[in-house]
Amino acid sequence: MSKIEKVFQILKTKEEGALIGYLTAGDPNPKITPLLANSLIRGGVDILELGIPFSDPIADGPTIQAASLRALKAGTTPNQVLEIAGEIKKKQKIPIVILTYYNPIFRMGLENFFRLSKKYGVDGVVVPDLPIEEAHKYLETSKKYGVDTIFFATPSTSEQRLMKIIKSSSGFLYLVSQFGVTGTRETLQNSTVELIKKILPKTTNQIPLAVGFGVSKPEHVKLIVETGAEGVIVGSAFVNIIEKNQKNINKMLGLIEDLAYKLKESTKGDP
Amino acid sequence: MSKYPIDGKYGKYGGRFVPEVLMAAITELEEAYSSFKNDTDFKNDLKYYLADYAGRPTSLYYAENLTKKIGGAKIYLKREDLAHGGAHKINNTIGQALLAKRMGKKRIIAETGAGQHGVATAMACAVLGLKAEIYMGVEDIRRQKLNMFRMELLGAKVHPVKSGSKTLKDAINEALRDWVTNIESTYYLIGSVVGPHPYPMIVRDFQNVIGNELKKQFLLKEKKLPDALVACVGGGSNAIGTFHPFAENLDVKLFGVEAAGKGIKSGKHAASLGAGFEGIFHGMLTYVLQDKEGQIQNTHSISAGLDYPGVGPEHAFLKALKRAQYKTATDKEAVDAFCLLSQEEGIIPALESSHALAFAIKIARKMNKDKTVVVTLSGRGDKDVEEVANYLREKNE
Repeated sequence: MSKIEKVFQILKTKEEGALIGYLTAGDPNPKITPLLANSLIRGGVDILELGIPFSDPIADGPTIQAASLRALKAGTTPNQVLEIAGEIKKKQKIPIVILTYYNPIFRMGLENFFRLSKKYGVDGVVVPDLPIEEAHKYLETSKKYGVDTIFFATPSTSEQRLMKIIKSSSGFLYLVSQFGVTGTRETLQNSTVELIKKILPKTTNQIPLAVGFGVSKPEHVKLIVETGAEGVIVGSAFVNIIEKNQKNINKMLGLIEDLAYKLKESTKGDP
Repeated sequence: MSKYPIDGKYGKYGGRFVPEVLMAAITELEEAYSSFKNDTDFKNDLKYYLADYAGRPTSLYYAENLTKKIGGAKIYLKREDLAHGGAHKINNTIGQALLAKRMGKKRIIAETGAGQHGVATAMACAVLGLKAEIYMGVEDIRRQKLNMFRMELLGAKVHPVKSGSKTLKDAINEALRDWVTNIESTYYLIGSVVGPHPYPMIVRDFQNVIGNELKKQFLLKEKKLPDALVACVGGGSNAIGTFHPFAENLDVKLFGVEAAGKGIKSGKHAASLGAGFEGIFHGMLTYVLQDKEGQIQNTHSISAGLDYPGVGPEHAFLKALKRAQYKTATDKEAVDAFCLLSQEEGIIPALESSHALAFAIKIARKMNKDKTVVVTLSGRGDKDVEEVANYLREKNE
């Protein structure tokens, strides 16, 4: 069992959902990322997701697009992001997932990418523009290095595809809550609850299900966990705090920790 | 060559590197296309609109004055500039808009660089009763302001794109973001032989009309096949439409011409095949202008239509097979050819097509008089007159 799966298992015995917190690594600069990670962890995040900034993030809304741009302007490179993961891992036991578009991996070479991921203690990888059809060598290489491969299920994924996606996935299955790109949303749609209910019977006892895209508030988290999903992924809500507090790092770190705490509390069932 | 793509790939190039949410849509598109493409009603509709609406066939014109001036091979022009809208783009937009209509999609989105594909999409949607929304970078809007007004005049809604480099690649990014959000109601009408499978195949099939007509017309005039075909390559749709029907005629040399901008060494160019590396971009494995970390680079060309850091996967494949050769022309060479054709033949070519023309002149000069070169004049240059005037003014200052 991988470290990621173990975290889900432990949380299950405690009747809690997993809070997966996302940051674009290098935003606003590479030195601050480990500090932000610490704030997330202190707040209660169970799994840390670090994004490699990319010039053309087609699955992301304006918030994470802007974060990628800030990180690239600060000179952040894919190698550096893996090194940052390694630095965090030296002091923290938390599982780390890397999110990256496929081209930076392709350019680095699959072998090189997974070798470095392993070296720096990365536990899983998410690639938003790599569907299972194109992932043959990717899967082979990730297995060789023992890194989990997290794939997506979406509102448009057929049942037949879903079964194939579950087979290729390890760590957890990333459920896209609704049509659209990443970004905070005011309310959680009813369709998201219906979607979770539809997918759960297929994932139960197979792989943990975590829901992301638009999940930004404690009440969203509560509803998703109550519906039965094993985890939530929150990104843009954290990135918004970074964007608004670039001039006051201490305030930024405090607010990140506060939000992580509130979201984490919402993953716990009513006492 | 006609058997490609195999499973969405041209050799190792192509594929479908898209977010999972789009997989259902591109599978639906592939199934719809394969069921309609051989449907008699669909074929008749397409034939009707291409002939009576778009004005096909376009002529194959012997540029006698230019040939005499250059003093080498005979230069022919395939006059896509005479197609409705002033460019080859209408061949594809009519085809895809008919397809969208059959699929029951009422809302069409498209990206545009120079504005030619946006205009051609707006036209096709107007005539077929569909709603068009076009994404265009604000940098391109600055360069091609009239085309934005033309699109609006034709009933389309234009969304200015302010993200990234504010040009074609970012317009595609925004169109993709729109598509993942409105996937059930919306058809994404892509403008070149790029993107995830099946787009490069669908756009090629609709653009093959260029090469198919050219072949017939040339055989009638010269009783043989041409020695060389030359076409400009941004995404590469007019070039694939020209080349593909000749792919198995191995005696016909194929030349794709990319934009060298201010020179390859300056780094300010758009020569993906000439100076790029293999990568994954906009859903396809192809040659991409990128840095050593895999970040996509900004491009430069005087012609907005060639200003794109990727290229159609079938071109990457033709390069690998050495079936086609890919060359470049600079901004300056393109402007020179633009002026020369205007003066010698009274035809103002698009700046995109001027790149092809510049290279064709170079090789024609070295060829014997009994040899023949056909240049695909992908569009007319009225849209570029201001850009060229500015360029010449700056050069003279």
